[in-house]
Amino acid sequence: MDEPTAFVEFRNVQKSYDGETLVVKDFNLAIARGEFVTMLGPSGSGKTTCLMMLAGFEPATHGEILLGGKPINDVPPHKRGIGMVFQNYALFPHMSVAENLAFPLMVRKIPAAEIEQKVSRALEMVELPEFGKRRPAQLSGGQQQRVAVARALVFDPELILMDEPLGALDKQLREQMQYEIKHLHETLGITMVYVTHDQSEALTMSDRIAVFNDGVVQQLATPSELYEKPENAFVASFIGENNRLNGAVSSVEGSVCVVDLDGGGTVRAAKVNVDGVGARASLSIRPERIELAPESGSMANEFRGRIEDLIYLGDHIRVRMSVAGTDEFIVKVRNTASRGNLKKGDEMSVGWHSEDCRALDPIEV
Amino acid sequence: MTVSAADSIDPGVPLVTPDGRPLKLALAQATRRARIRAFALVVPLLLFVLVTFAFPIGQMLYLSIHNPVFSDHMPRLTAYLTEHPDVQVPGEEGFAALALDLADAKKNRTAGRIGTRVNYERPGSNSLFKSSARKAAKFKGPPYKEKLLEIRSDWGEPHLWNVMRRASAQHTLDFYAAALDLTHDENGDLSQVSPERRIYVRLFWRTLFLSAVIAFLCLLLGYPVAHLLATLPLRYSNLLMILVLLPFWTSLLVRTTSWIALMQSQGVINDILVTLGIVGDDGRVQMMYNQFGTIIAMTHILLPFMILPLYSVMKTIPPSYVRAARSLGATPLTAFIKVYFPQTTPGIGAGILLVFILAIGYYITPALVGGSSGQLISNQIAFHMQKSLNWSLAAALGAILLFMVILLYWVYDRLVGVDKMKLG
Repeated sequence: MDEPTAFVEFRNVQKSYDGETLVVKDFNLAIARGEFVTMLGPSGSGKTTCLMMLAGFEPATHGEILLGGKPINDVPPHKRGIGMVFQNYALFPHMSVAENLAFPLMVRKIPAAEIEQKVSRALEMVELPEFGKRRPAQLSGGQQQRVAVARALVFDPELILMDEPLGALDKQLREQMQYEIKHLHETLGITMVYVTHDQSEALTMSDRIAVFNDGVVQQLATPSELYEKPENAFVASFIGENNRLNGAVSSVEGSVCVVDLDGGGTVRAAKVNVDGVGARASLSIRPERIELAPESGSMANEFRGRIEDLIYLGDHIRVRMSVAGTDEFIVKVRNTASRGNLKKGDEMSVGWHSEDCRALDPIEV
Repeated sequence: MTVSAADSIDPGVPLVTPDGRPLKLALAQATRRARIRAFALVVPLLLFVLVTFAFPIGQMLYLSIHNPVFSDHMPRLTAYLTEHPDVQVPGEEGFAALALDLADAKKNRTAGRIGTRVNYERPGSNSLFKSSARKAAKFKGPPYKEKLLEIRSDWGEPHLWNVMRRASAQHTLDFYAAALDLTHDENGDLSQVSPERRIYVRLFWRTLFLSAVIAFLCLLLGYPVAHLLATLPLRYSNLLMILVLLPFWTSLLVRTTSWIALMQSQGVINDILVTLGIVGDDGRVQMMYNQFGTIIAMTHILLPFMILPLYSVMKTIPPSYVRAARSLGATPLTAFIKVYFPQTTPGIGAGILLVFILAIGYYITPALVGGSSGQLISNQIAFHMQKSLNWSLAAALGAILLFMVILLYWVYDRLVGVDKMKLG
């Protein structure tokens, strides 16, 4: 078994457009065959640039990109055999749907009969068998999306790249398409690299997620790991909702550290990404891991807080509180019968376990 | 959806408002004020267009079929010719009308104008009318036929009488015939003029051909520039756009004369060629005052009219189309031919049509650099407007030109569809 474990690999890739600033700084990523990897990050973080380098539309300024173990830096895009779905679908407006689907086959000089067969199979795959003769402009957004996916798949590439393909769809359709793409990935066993700035989309679909910020991968992990064990303050705040408390480390006891908060009080937190005693730290606590009025002594951290605001969201209630010097402290409370009596201005204790509170690198805002 | 709509609205019964007025009337009343106000806003422009554009063009077109010079100034002869439609060379009665009219013409100093009018179809008539009028003024009485034939035997020529008969008609298509190198022969039948006088048809063809060449050259040169404009980063494309528009800020005359300075036989290019020893001093290349000069200078001047519509179309084509084609396995060439080029056809159509139509009627540049082989039909129109003063022929030539443009536009609409055209 000589086959390299990584199907797609970025090695120390850098990219600069102007020779002055790096858009991508030392990017390393290994993707296994059949994996669904998402590059997630805010706009301008370098994720799309990485995808464009993989597709061959942007040359890497430095470093190597390997596909199936072979460097592809100098291979032009049309010889890479990578299917790609674009943000605006990029369906050719002057061709019918069937002609769009036939395009990759036609340029590969596949016989006409086979093209016809593959096109109709692709249309069936995306459940649009009757739409071959229509123009892309005559389709709805969701249908165009499906055609774009079918076109990227029709020539049986081993790797599919998707650049924010669902950005233009409404929420309901987006969720349905997420499921359909995930389903296609599973049935076809194809490798997919997906770019999005929507964290819930990334969490739903991916095997692994690379979180980008400022040209650097902040964390590469499975969705659950990213959410539950963010390694730095950026990931913690970018993925899901997050309460942040700033302070300085006063002592360290194995995997737990004690942090003196700027707003008063001390917190026992899991030591994840802090330098040691005296260092600044940013504490991250998920709103759903905080309990209102816990039984005294049952939790490592207990504070007094005052309810500033209540937002009713049906299945849960978002409670904004003033706790330890911040009035942006969010607690999610399940909407059970006993929770109906929360009122604005109520004072009560809040508490959380030390393992649910992660001490991360400081970011001061 | 359609079924329920059809159920609720019976198309045979007009809808009414609750107080019983027809809905259409109510709608018209409700929007009347807004419509009047909107119309008042466009009235000045409408009047301006009517006065400065529609009216002169209409008058010009009318002039091409309406020429009352002969009938206005030769009223007796015109009346005689109308009464005797079959007479070839008339007898004394006709000559009397002619002689009296000629005598009046001498008095009113209109003999030259009448002569010019007849001269269009029968060369040499100008002097015939002037000299005969001078002498006819001194006639004391009949026999007029004899006296006139004595002055010039031309008066007995049936062809001359045919020409005068046609000239006496107020409305005539003769100027169109002349514009197509046709004339009435001795028997009054339409036939081509003698080969050395056939100029207009050849000139029309040359105008069409040169315009096509110029439009094609503009496309060839403008397409890459437009593409660059549409794809370069903004700060470079802005600079390039200024360069494209720069010619608009310089006088047309300056641009044309600078081509003369560059390309005339004692000009910059020839001097360089001679200095480099590529051509000898006696072998200077003739690049000006011929078709070549017209093509070069007009291509340069009309280039922006090709670039701008192309640019406006290319600007709307996202780069992701070509990228998609490339990722799907198309070589750069295939991606261009199959994906990029077809999407630019609205711009190509608009650019070609614009440049072609502008070139067809171009005047200053060919007049300055065209020499004799680079003249276009507009130069002949100008000649008849300013020099020969045959305005009716100028109008007929202009009308044919206008008709050709409309025809082209119609063909373009049938082939491509004008709604697909993008001018900017």
